[in-house]
Amino acid sequence: MTEPRLRPDQSGWLLACASLSLAPHASHLPLSLIGVCALLLGWRGLLAYQGKPLPHRFLLFALAASLLALVAVEFQRFFGKEPGIALLAGLLSIKLLETNSVRDARTVILLSFFMQMGLFLYQQNMGVAALALAGSVATVAALLALEGRAEAPRARSLAAARLVVQGLPLMAVLFVLFPRIQGPLWGLPADAYTHRTGLSDSMAPGDVARVSESAAIAFRARFEGDPPPPAERYWRGPVLSDYDGRTWRQSRRSVAEAPAYRSQGTAYTYTLTLEPHNHRWLLALDFPAAAPGLRYSSDFQLLAQAPLHARLRVDLVSHPGTLVGLDESDAVLQQALYLPPGSNPRTRALGARLRTEARASSDIPALAIAHFRASKLAYTLDPLPFGRDDVDSFLFDTRQGFCEHFAAAFVVTLRAAGVPARVVTGYQGGEINAVDGSFVVRQSDAHAWTEVWLAGKGWQRIDPTAASAPRRIDSGLAGALPGMDRLPLLVRSDLPWLRTLRDNLEAIDNRWNQWVLGYNPARQQALLSALGLARTDWTTLIALMAAAGAVVAALLAAWALRSRSPADAIDHDWTRFCQHLAAIGLPRETWEGPLDYARRVGSRRPDLSPAVTAIATDYAGLRYGPAGTDTVASRRFHQSIKNFRPR
Amino acid sequence: MDLPALRATLHRWLFRVSGPEPAPIQLGQRRIFVLPTRFGLALALTLLVMLLASINYTLSLGFALTFLIGSVAWISIHHAFRNLVGLSITPGKAEAVFCGTPAHFGIVLANPALRPRQGLRLAPSGGAEAIQRAEPFDLPACSSAVTDIHLATHHRGWLALPRLTLETRHPLGLIRAWSLFQPDVRCLVYPAPETDGPALPVGRETDSGLGGRGHGQDDFAGLRHHQPADSPRHVAWKAVARGGPWRTKEFDGAGARDVHLDWNRMPASMSVEARLARLTRWVMEADRAGIDFGLSLPGTNIPPGRGSAHRHACLTRLALFGLRDD
Repeated sequence: MTEPRLRPDQSGWLLACASLSLAPHASHLPLSLIGVCALLLGWRGLLAYQGKPLPHRFLLFALAASLLALVAVEFQRFFGKEPGIALLAGLLSIKLLETNSVRDARTVILLSFFMQMGLFLYQQNMGVAALALAGSVATVAALLALEGRAEAPRARSLAAARLVVQGLPLMAVLFVLFPRIQGPLWGLPADAYTHRTGLSDSMAPGDVARVSESAAIAFRARFEGDPPPPAERYWRGPVLSDYDGRTWRQSRRSVAEAPAYRSQGTAYTYTLTLEPHNHRWLLALDFPAAAPGLRYSSDFQLLAQAPLHARLRVDLVSHPGTLVGLDESDAVLQQALYLPPGSNPRTRALGARLRTEARASSDIPALAIAHFRASKLAYTLDPLPFGRDDVDSFLFDTRQGFCEHFAAAFVVTLRAAGVPARVVTGYQGGEINAVDGSFVVRQSDAHAWTEVWLAGKGWQRIDPTAASAPRRIDSGLAGALPGMDRLPLLVRSDLPWLRTLRDNLEAIDNRWNQWVLGYNPARQQALLSALGLARTDWTTLIALMAAAGAVVAALLAAWALRSRSPADAIDHDWTRFCQHLAAIGLPRETWEGPLDYARRVGSRRPDLSPAVTAIATDYAGLRYGPAGTDTVASRRFHQSIKNFRPR
Repeated sequence: MDLPALRATLHRWLFRVSGPEPAPIQLGQRRIFVLPTRFGLALALTLLVMLLASINYTLSLGFALTFLIGSVAWISIHHAFRNLVGLSITPGKAEAVFCGTPAHFGIVLANPALRPRQGLRLAPSGGAEAIQRAEPFDLPACSSAVTDIHLATHHRGWLALPRLTLETRHPLGLIRAWSLFQPDVRCLVYPAPETDGPALPVGRETDSGLGGRGHGQDDFAGLRHHQPADSPRHVAWKAVARGGPWRTKEFDGAGARDVHLDWNRMPASMSVEARLARLTRWVMEADRAGIDFGLSLPGTNIPPGRGSAHRHACLTRLALFGLRDD
């Protein structure tokens, strides 16, 4: 059986629906594939516009084969998230070129849903949500067009939007009450969570500077009470002790369920909301107190139980004054003294000299800082290229570097002087969003500092960058760097209006993240207990959802059965008209007929007389006139009552 | 109870249809059934996959999209239901036809509500394909429309309108809402006229008024007052065109007379249906020729006459010969 060909309006809606689901993927798909998809969609649109036949099946096979080849060239594989989505995008475009029946059109619509889901793997911000909503309206419009008669695009989109709006209450019920399970249910492709900037567990020269170029938010904190002073705002990330002459790596460490230190000093209570970064570390303020469900590494990092693939909220208390590592093991200290033989000879010589100059090993850090300061080291995002030994080059030749160069040089110097030292990476600083009061830390706040071990004092934080650029600590990156050319636009401090705008947008974004994207099992639990439903398990949730769904369904059924006859509609309008008149002190008497009433109203208020007489005459004609409803008259009657506003 | 009977019982119980119903038939809520279409099931499967993906990748917007599309699909159930509920069905008149030509039943669907009804299809029950082949139609607010149901005819006698299905897939094609009903209307099927055979037995008669003034069509004999039953061929159109009164031309013929069509004069070897077919053809031919004719069947005798009412009476006798006239 040959099915009827698609009408132009049907093809149009189908193309709109496919384009809306494909277009946002342009942000991550390879350029070649975007071009191919755009060409195919454009071609299909042109064919639909001109009413020409679709290309031959052989051509489509050839296109599909070339698509496979293109994906193979671009990705070198077919499995995984990225090649999968690229293939789906290409196949959807090719499928459109052979779609000329209602059944094929429906397949395209189902495919575009998958395309939409694929986009959420990359982005879930409000813009994407708005696009997805527009895409849903286009999809519903396409389904309406496939089932119904041709209609003007405006009327069709209105009808589709009405359907979507009717679906929203039920969607809200399901969204809130559907039992949330923490994924994943099965293994994910290895590249499921790429495209995330942030710290890594190793540091080579230039790594932190690269992270700093992004204004993306790394995490937010909301303090109960005052936030700590800027000099205490060190958010601890990976601790790097293993040095091979160029790259710093995390050393082997143990992980326990409780911290190895005793918290003391001022306490700061705060809630962290971390963006997903695919690692376990939690970037707590130094040094977090014991909390259930968290892990503590022997280098004082706070860890989650699993890598953060989704946004995470965690409540913490930190005590910056805590002394840590008082009885550090020899193995750790040995590692913190190791330098690869033959590397950075000039810096080692400097370390040896400092050691002889110092009266006690606890004086060495101060001497090193003094030396750094005297060397007039410049703080810049764009250092000159280094030679073979980059610490030597930095300290003695180029004398320009970013925080990771300062930290690395300081650690190498101290190790050469015989003082255990290591690099700590993380974030330093952050700023308060004036709109919602949350404390925002961005990737541009990424920082590297050092820790030095001194007998009797344990690990002490020393930030060598502060020695050269103290403003970095007090006022962030933008305050410390003289030239702002390479700074992310949103971090620049010289544009106050931009800052206000950004604060507002990010406050909304924070709400969105907290309540929509971050709606996880814990949030669901919290919301339900706030509603008075303590201790809910999934059976309660399903019962609740079923009950709410039943209420919605009953309301819908009542609406579906509500049937108004034309006479009802006319009476309804007439009652409204009488209420209007009653409101200005002219109520209708129960024994009064419409024409008598109009006469009385007209004599009391001559200004209203023409309108009232016209309406009453229409009413009498429609209600008591010959059978059969005059649709023109009843529409006019309805309109004139709608416009009747007596004072 | 055998399987077909069981099925029939099940259908009766499930769809609350038990034989012809008096008009008008109101489609109340209990008579409307909804089930997903194949595309609806495909969408449900897609949504399930989307839901699993949302759980697995913790995609909040994935949940939102899945629930939104699911909710819209759910809403479309109510729309489909609402599209049928409250309609009323009245059968129109079904004109008698000869066996072999399709019978036409006009079904009047009335929409008393203020909302338009869209994408309705009406066809005799039996298979999803039949209803999908029917042309969809819309009913604007407060209006009614006539839908023609064509039925092939295979037997003479009464043809009752079978059970009908009114279906809609409005608005999204995900949900099929339908109702079954059987309006009480039937169509008379005349026997199919014989295609070839002996001519009308005019002039073979010996017992009817030889030499008298009979009606024929050979020689013009004069004009008389027009009667509604007169053949249009014999109307004096020229006189009518001049604005004069309606007159009928009368003819004299050598053998022009009443013809009596008699069952018993058929060759004895002919079967019942063959006799009926020949008599039907003769009735039509005599009617066309404008000859007065009478009809004798076993147990029935219709005196000579002419005109469409007379023809219908004769054809009805022929159609129902040997059948229970109910």
